[in-house]
Formats: sequence, structure tokens, C-alpha cells
Amino acid sequence: MPSSKPKIVLEHLVKIYGDHPQRALKLFRQGGNRDDILEATGHVLGVADVSLTIHEGELFVIMGLSGSGKSTLVRCINRLIQPTSGQILIDGEDVVRFSAERLRELRRTKISMVFQRFGLFPHKTVLENVEYGLKMRGIAAAERRQKAAETLAAVGLEAWGDYLPDNLSGGMQQRVGLARALATDAPIMLMDEAFSALDPLIRRGMQDELMRLQATLKKTIIFISHDIQESLKLGDRVAIMKDGYLVQVGTPEEIITQPADDYIRAFTQDVNRAQVLKTGSIARRTRPFVIGTGPTVAALRQMQDFHREHMYVIDGDGKPIGLLIRDELAAAASRGEVDVSQVMLTDFPTVPAASSLEEIFHIAQADIPLAVVDADGRFRGVIRPFDILAGISTQASPPDPTPPLAPSGDQPVLA
Amino acid sequence: MTPWISDFLNWLFRGQSTELIPVADWIAALVNWVVTNFRWLFQLIRWPIGAVLNGIEDFFLWLPPILFLGILGLIAWQFGGRRLAWGSMAALIFVGLMGAWRESMTTLSLVITAVVLCIVVGLPLGIAAARSHRVEGLIRPILDAMQTLPAFVYLVPVVMLFGTGKVPGVIVTFIFAVPPLIRLTNIGIRQVSTEAVEASLAFGSTPNQMLWDVQIPLAMPTILAGVNQSIMLALSMVVIASLIAVEGLGQMVNRGIGRLDVGLAAVGGLGIVVLAVVLDRLTQAMGNPPKDGLTWNERGPIGAIRSLLNRRQVSAKA
Repeated sequence: MPSSKPKIVLEHLVKIYGDHPQRALKLFRQGGNRDDILEATGHVLGVADVSLTIHEGELFVIMGLSGSGKSTLVRCINRLIQPTSGQILIDGEDVVRFSAERLRELRRTKISMVFQRFGLFPHKTVLENVEYGLKMRGIAAAERRQKAAETLAAVGLEAWGDYLPDNLSGGMQQRVGLARALATDAPIMLMDEAFSALDPLIRRGMQDELMRLQATLKKTIIFISHDIQESLKLGDRVAIMKDGYLVQVGTPEEIITQPADDYIRAFTQDVNRAQVLKTGSIARRTRPFVIGTGPTVAALRQMQDFHREHMYVIDGDGKPIGLLIRDELAAAASRGEVDVSQVMLTDFPTVPAASSLEEIFHIAQADIPLAVVDADGRFRGVIRPFDILAGISTQASPPDPTPPLAPSGDQPVLA
Repeated sequence: MTPWISDFLNWLFRGQSTELIPVADWIAALVNWVVTNFRWLFQLIRWPIGAVLNGIEDFFLWLPPILFLGILGLIAWQFGGRRLAWGSMAALIFVGLMGAWRESMTTLSLVITAVVLCIVVGLPLGIAAARSHRVEGLIRPILDAMQTLPAFVYLVPVVMLFGTGKVPGVIVTFIFAVPPLIRLTNIGIRQVSTEAVEASLAFGSTPNQMLWDVQIPLAMPTILAGVNQSIMLALSMVVIASLIAVEGLGQMVNRGIGRLDVGLAAVGGLGIVVLAVVLDRLTQAMGNPPKDGLTWNERGPIGAIRSLLNRRQVSAKA
């Protein structure tokens, strides 16, 4: 999980393309939109007053169609494109004001970049490509060669160091591009449509690879994409841009469950919601029975009070250890059984809160609620087959068929 | 309105006997002024060019033909393969058999000197033009003039400044041959893909690191095409250079015309053509190495020696 420490802060960033941007900027400040500015001054509004905060360790996706200003925005961050107005704070320093020398230092040590068409140097071998950033940093040949070889091995291309990039397939070339960006150990990585030029199958493999690498590297990654599926899959948070403006920023779940406007709703229509929605986000928070706090009759009373057919039993650490079924519990209580642990079922289904709905389809049984557990195995709530179907429906949920909620009864964790 | 202008222009252009803008006088005065005041400067320039030219010429004339052919063959083999090697050796043998060996060596040294001068001056100018739109805008009309102005027009001032002989021959050849090298260097660098340039910048390269590490290597085929063009144009200037007493194949043509000796002129002309073809193929091969998947050190004579050494090592181990 990304920390909440801000790494990159964009404040009122504006980029206007043309020879006299200041005139167009004035028009923009007076409220002119993209078409007004183009008509009046012949200038193109690339990025329109974007403010964003990107946290350390976050994989932040900027999504938009071509011409939405996403590539311009990402190039402003390492100043391959000079912004017209606004601030870009990286670790609190405004890089817009950096001198050429400090800017080079920033690019050598703090920000690396991966390009859509790979941007490899065709006259250099794979290994020479990977060590390029280290060479610019002035690191001795032997040291950088070793570092480049290690990074190349991390992306699975250790055998290809002496080949020229043209001898490699597209997917392999982009691995080289990725290795080149990783080799400098820069904490920030910009990825401009890095997987868009790849075949679908290769693209998916690269996405998985990126997520695997990110799990250990924990870099701050800004990933540009025009593909909503890719954006929602990769992003800790996703920003959607249109015509240079920022339309919505949020977690993938927020984007599909609460689209800011029709534009985003249209985008998310084809999204496989079962892939994006996490089990934890639709789990119902229910009160479990804590083992050792009472006999079977106490448990039965709790179930009757909350009109529940099932109830999970947790241990002192909050981990689920069993499932109570009302009819069986009632029968056992009338037989005079006292110990709850003798009555509960110990063979019950659990699912991690971080898994997607798609991943839990196969264990969703007809009548038994699944226990949802967090990363530490603690009980977070339950999920029923009905919840899964309601979650992936693009329509608003029909009324809940369960009886009226008691104060501590069933409630979705996230609204 | 119209008839008035027509009458006026008739009077102006047909009725007047003297020019209203005396360009001819101005230029004559300017050249005279430069000659009287700055001839020493041009004589100074003459010295290093003359030294290089004489060095190359003396070397070629001293070199036994068998060695020259051998070296030519090895170079052609390295860059273009065996076929080019046999072809260029056969071509030069043909020139020798025509009785034009000495003349072709003299011409070759003049062409090489002029092309070296083109590279020394033209490459930096082409790079400067690629880096700045202003420099490009400044250089372009000058290049247009150098390429279109008939050589005879600048032949006279060059002789006035440098005198006659080999060095002014190199200078007129240089003026005619340098524009394509500057143009193609400029274009070659500007055509390097934006992603390669962006990648280089994004990893923090300085403008100079980017130039030498990325732009020039990627522009090299285009730059070498410029060198190739310079060589071709330099050879085509050989006959004109012979008018200011430059020896060599051009002088054979010149003498042949003077004496109405068709045969002599044809021998000189054929020699120029043969040299042109050999140099053209050779420099083209340098610019476009064969796509056989081999690196330069696995190819040609160097590759042959390496594989021979490797084989010996292997058999020594065994």
C-alpha cells in the first residue's frame, strides 16, 4: 500500500503550445476553453490547470484518449516539455525553476522514463542501452556494466545483453526499456503508454510483470494509458483527462462505482467490473460471535436479535474459526449443549479482501456467506452470492431482501 | 497607369546605356581591396592545405602500385565484401594499363585533400545548423549560391587570392563539394527519432553527450551519404581545376581538348569515371554495411584473421 507522503505535487499546471503562450494564457485565465483559445490565438491548450498530488510508492495512472494532454502532462514532470504556468513540486522542490544543471541531476538520479515506442538506441547493444542512465551519471564502466546486467536479469533478459535491440521482439524490447529505467534506481518512474505498442497477450504479461516488480520496488510510478481496463488493473489511483482537463481522480473502485460524469460512465461501461471490484469493498460488516464469551444460548439469542441465519465465530485475535447455522444451533441448544465450538462448522470458505470478485466466483456457494479476511487473516465481514451479482451489475442495486438492519447488523463496508 | 509604367521601364531598361546598380564595379572593387589588403591571410591558409596535399600526393606516388592495389583491396573487402575488392582492384589495374596511373594518383590525392577539408569544415557547420534554426537559415542561401554559382565565376577571384596550382584547385573543389555534406549532416541529425532524443534527455544527458552518443551515430548513414556526394562532386571539378594548372586526370582532358586529341581526353575522362565508380561504391558500402547479421569485426579481412586465430587456439587446446 502506498504511503500518504506526497512525492509529486502539481499545482495549477498549464501548458499552451504556440509562439506566444502568454496571450493565450490570459485568455484561458479569463475563462476561455480549448476551442476559444484555438480560434482566437491559434494556440493549443495542452494541459488545463491540473492540480494533483501523487504519493510515495503509488502507482498512479493517468488515462485519456489521444489529445487529452496526458503525454504532455507527464513530460512536464521531467520537463521534456516546459510548462507555461504552474508549479511541479517533487519532494517539495519546484522543478519548474530548476537550472539546466539541476534538471540534468534530477533526470539522472530521481526520475526515469519508459517510452511508448521503447525509445531504445538502435546502435547500442541491449546492455549498453540499460547502462545509459548510469553512464550519464558518470559511473565507472565496470560498475555500471554489472548493475546493468543485474537489472537485465531482473526482467529475464540476461542472455540478450550483447544483442542489438532490433534482434528482440516488441515485448522484449520494452523489457529492455523498463530495465533501462530501473537501472538508475530513480525513485520516480514515468511510463508513457509503455505497453500500448504491444500485442494484447504480451501486454497482459508486461502488466503482471510491472505489478510483480512494483510489489518489491515500491517506486512512485506515473503510468500513462489510453486503455481503461489497463488503468483500472494497474492503478492504485486513476486520473482521467479530457481535452487537457482533469475530469476525475480516484481509486479504480471509485471510478467505476461513482463516475463523475457521463463521459467517465461511458468509458467504464465496457469494464469487467468483477475484475476491478475488490471483495473487501462490497463485504458486509457483520458482528461475529467471539468464542468464549458465552454458551450456545447466548449465541442463539444474538442471532435471533439480528435476524441472522448464519454467524461467524472468531477467536481472541479476530480470526474466523467457525460458522454457526441458526437451525443447528437451536437444535443443539435444546439438546443442552453448551460449548459453541462443538456446534460450529469449521469447514467454511474464506476469501482475502484484496481479491477481485472474479477470483471468488468459484467458491460462492448457494447459501453460505463467505468470510472476508484482511491481509493479517482477521475477519472483516461476509459476502454472499447475492452481493457479488449486485456488485457487478451496472444498474443501481435493488432493495436489500434481508430484514431491516439492526444497529450492528449488515452494512456494506464501503458505501 | 499601366502605360505610364511601361514607358518608364522601357526608358529605364532599354534607353539607358549604363547600369543603375553597378554590381560589377562593386564586386571588382571589393575583390581588389581584399587582394591588396588580405592576400597574406590567404597565403597563410595555403600553407596547411598545401602540406596535406603534398604529403598525400608524395605518398601515393611513392607507394608501389602493388601495395596500393593490396591496401585498396583489403579496405574494399572489409567494408563491401570480396566482390567489391576484386572489382576495385581490376578497375585501378585498368587505369594503370591505360597509362594514367600517375595522373590518377595525383587526382586522387587532390580529391582526398578536398574531401578532408570538406569534412573538417562541413561537419561542424552541419551540426551547428541542426542545433539552431537561425544558423540553418543563415547557411542555407550561402549553400544555394555555392552550388548554383558557375565555377568559372569564382575561379578568377580564387586565382587572384591564392595564385595558381594545386591549393587553389583544392579550394574551388571544396567550394563546389562541401554543400551536400553540410545539408545531409543537418538533415541526418534532425531526422534522428524524437523518442531516441527524448530518451537521451530523460536520462540526463548534456547536449554534447547526446550529440556524440546518440545523434551522430544515428545520423551516420546520412552523413556518410553526404561524404559520398562530396567525393562525387569533387571528382567532377577535376577538369575545371585543371584550368588553373592542376595536374592529374583533369589535365589530360584539358590537354586533349586543347590539341583536339580525342584519345587523350577520353583516357583522362575514363580515368575519372573509374575513380568515381570505385570511390562511390566504397563510401556507399561504408554507409550501409551488409545486413548479414555479422558485426564489423566478424567480417572481411579482420574477421578472417580473427577466425584463423580462434581456430589455432582451439586446436592448441585440443
